[in-house]
Amino acid sequence: METVQTDVAIIGAGGAGLRAAIALAEADPKLRIALISKVYPMRSHTCAAEGGAAGVIKADDSLDHHFNDTVGGGDWLCDQDAVDYLVQEAPRELIQLEHWGCPWSREADGSVAVRPFGGMKKQRTWFAADKSGFHILHTLFQTSLQFPSIERFDEYYATELLVDDGRCQGLTAIEMRSGQMRQIRARAVIIAGGGAGRMFPFTTNGAIKTGDGMALAYRAGVPLKDMEFVQYHPTGLPSTGTLLTEACRGEGGVLLNKNGRRFLQDYGMGPETPLGKPVLKTMELGPRDRVSQAFWHEQQKGNMVATQWGDAMLLDMRHLGEKKINERLPLVRDMSISYMGVDPVRDPVPVRPVVHYMMGGIHTDIRAATPVAGLFAAGECACVSINGANRLGSNSLTELLVFGRRAALSAAEYLASGAGPGNDAALEAGAKAAQERVRELFQRTGGTESLAGLRKEMMHTLEKNAGIYRSGEGLTEACAKLAELRRRYKQIELHDKTNVYNTDLLQALELGSMLDCAEAVAVSALERKESRGAHQRLDHTERDDQRYLRHSLAHYQGETAPRVDYLDVVITKSQPGVRDYSGGHE
Amino acid sequence: MSERVVELEVLRYNPETDLEPHFQRYSVSCREEWVVLDALNHIKENIDPTLSYRWSCHMAVCGSCGMMINREPRLACKSFLRDYQGVIRVEPLAHFPVERDLVTVIDDFVAKLKRVKPYLIPKEPKALEDGEYRQTPAQLKRYKQFTLCINCMLCYAACPEYGLIPKFIGPAAISLAHRYNQDSRDGGRDERQQEVAAYEGVWECAFVGACSEVCPEHVDPAAALQQVKIKSTIDWYLEHTMPWLTKS
Repeated sequence: METVQTDVAIIGAGGAGLRAAIALAEADPKLRIALISKVYPMRSHTCAAEGGAAGVIKADDSLDHHFNDTVGGGDWLCDQDAVDYLVQEAPRELIQLEHWGCPWSREADGSVAVRPFGGMKKQRTWFAADKSGFHILHTLFQTSLQFPSIERFDEYYATELLVDDGRCQGLTAIEMRSGQMRQIRARAVIIAGGGAGRMFPFTTNGAIKTGDGMALAYRAGVPLKDMEFVQYHPTGLPSTGTLLTEACRGEGGVLLNKNGRRFLQDYGMGPETPLGKPVLKTMELGPRDRVSQAFWHEQQKGNMVATQWGDAMLLDMRHLGEKKINERLPLVRDMSISYMGVDPVRDPVPVRPVVHYMMGGIHTDIRAATPVAGLFAAGECACVSINGANRLGSNSLTELLVFGRRAALSAAEYLASGAGPGNDAALEAGAKAAQERVRELFQRTGGTESLAGLRKEMMHTLEKNAGIYRSGEGLTEACAKLAELRRRYKQIELHDKTNVYNTDLLQALELGSMLDCAEAVAVSALERKESRGAHQRLDHTERDDQRYLRHSLAHYQGETAPRVDYLDVVITKSQPGVRDYSGGHE
Repeated sequence: MSERVVELEVLRYNPETDLEPHFQRYSVSCREEWVVLDALNHIKENIDPTLSYRWSCHMAVCGSCGMMINREPRLACKSFLRDYQGVIRVEPLAHFPVERDLVTVIDDFVAKLKRVKPYLIPKEPKALEDGEYRQTPAQLKRYKQFTLCINCMLCYAACPEYGLIPKFIGPAAISLAHRYNQDSRDGGRDERQQEVAAYEGVWECAFVGACSEVCPEHVDPAAALQQVKIKSTIDWYLEHTMPWLTKS
């Protein structure tokens, strides 16, 4: 097996991975950086983020406001020291991107423009029309090209971490082009592998969002934190799940039921605000969990519009006018016309809640360090945790910048602390064993299960039992089903026995990642007998701070279900209170 | 909801077993609103798991799923079946080596992109503490369109010059160089000119305009290239008629 030697290996080359790579290259040009990704960096899913990135910049705003919005938005499950760090570092990071050329939208005087976003008390979302993530990703990718110390391994799929002596010292990865396994020895590893939305059938997430980074860390002994918190974005196109950004509502779009009523006022987010004059932190600018839950209730009442893809609400943007829609929401208009045949200038667009983001992920501390020495994580795959039980829109792009950089700085500090050379023989044996596991899957014959079949069953199970509202009964069923699917996974057989660019093999490995993550979601959700943020239980309808103002930690147990234990939330200055999104919250 | 059976003729090539590429026919029961990518996914999931292609976002922003559809470079996620009649022929992007089936080798583009220095080379360096550079909406508009390139490489597949002269840096890379040249914060044009104004740079472009016709993001690379040519020509005349005005 060919071996690559590097100082820091980064798995994932989206926003967090690229930000980390640049930070390392800047911190010490002598460091060798290996940037490993199963896709070319510009294909990473950061490109699909639309609305923008939150950071305090305007005179009427303050770090305390951003802190309070985030902590309340997260239903007090955020670690407040981490949120403090996020809001402090956010403006610096967003200005840094500006200095690297990010085409942020501007005010007439040339300063950076900001827009309103859900759950935010002030306008603080920096944006580049409605392709903010795309521009952030390409700005980072293009900026990274000037650093010779960043060596890219594009289209390499990481299969396992190499951990010995309690330290992470590299990984194994398949080069897609040749099908060859490589051993990448590193003195530190940063995981920036993104979320796992593809566990669900209806998601805004691209095909690559299969939880690989989470599964890598989980199997190496790092717990997955708060996995029960899965964000439904309220406004996806019913036909494809394609995201229509929250900025649609930030710019003044409203949500209607089939009777034309702005129904959010009936779910604690009223009173109704004047059309075309959105008021921050209420009605359509409520947080995503509340809006998606309101949809569910309206659907139960039969107040939704029936479409051939299921029930939908209506996102009405007509009053914004063609000029504003073209200027601020060009992608939204293009996609609504292309994928739904509806022009938002002329008609309301049918939308429904869609799986969008994992609040949970790889357990890290505020330094982006995992409990395994030498292993760091940042971005959606990680849970640091600044999102708590519900992420506010436009905090994730900021998070991947702030904690992508933080992971790099922590990795550099770790290297400077002088971790000695590893046990070569043990690492070699670990790599061989990893290679053997892939070979066994690749060569297996007589398998009785199909990849596509198991994937469908997994998606169906989560959609049915781990959606916007959950119950003990449904989650028990999901846990049993996922345990069964993980057993049956061992019986799948590949149809494609080619080495070169074998997507049958790739998808099988991705399914393995998703099944492990899915089980962590279901088991953690079953254990959390309360309702908080995005985790709503029909059988435990209240928030229970006595028992559950704590992070869940799901520990991998091999073939059996994960063990779940809990970790106290860090509270520094904001005691749990009532999340008030009524117009009277001021 | 309406379904119809669509015939797809897909180029297959397995470098480990095939001497030559060949076409394979698939009959797929498709929903009316599907795009070509949905049909390929249906094949992969239900008919033939060995079919290889790249895709991710399904919203025309990741740039993965560029392919020739009825001989035209297209994003498979934005090519609606309803716009096609008869057999739909699907092939890998033209002008790139085929790695396998619909997967192409894009090393050439990746290397060229790096050569044109597609990053901000600040005109006046500024500390982060001093805040953002001011840039008016009008200044933003001068380059914004050229930032929209998703690197899907449809323009390379459409460009007859690139087909003939593979050394040509090509539409997307030159557009991205131009994007930074046009940015009010940037002072790196001279550095980029070495690549962009070279023989294999902008002067290979014969202004066929096919790149702009196929661009799914309306970047209009042809406009970028012509603007680069005009500016480079002015440079040449200044250098030769008024050398005292040009640097060193």
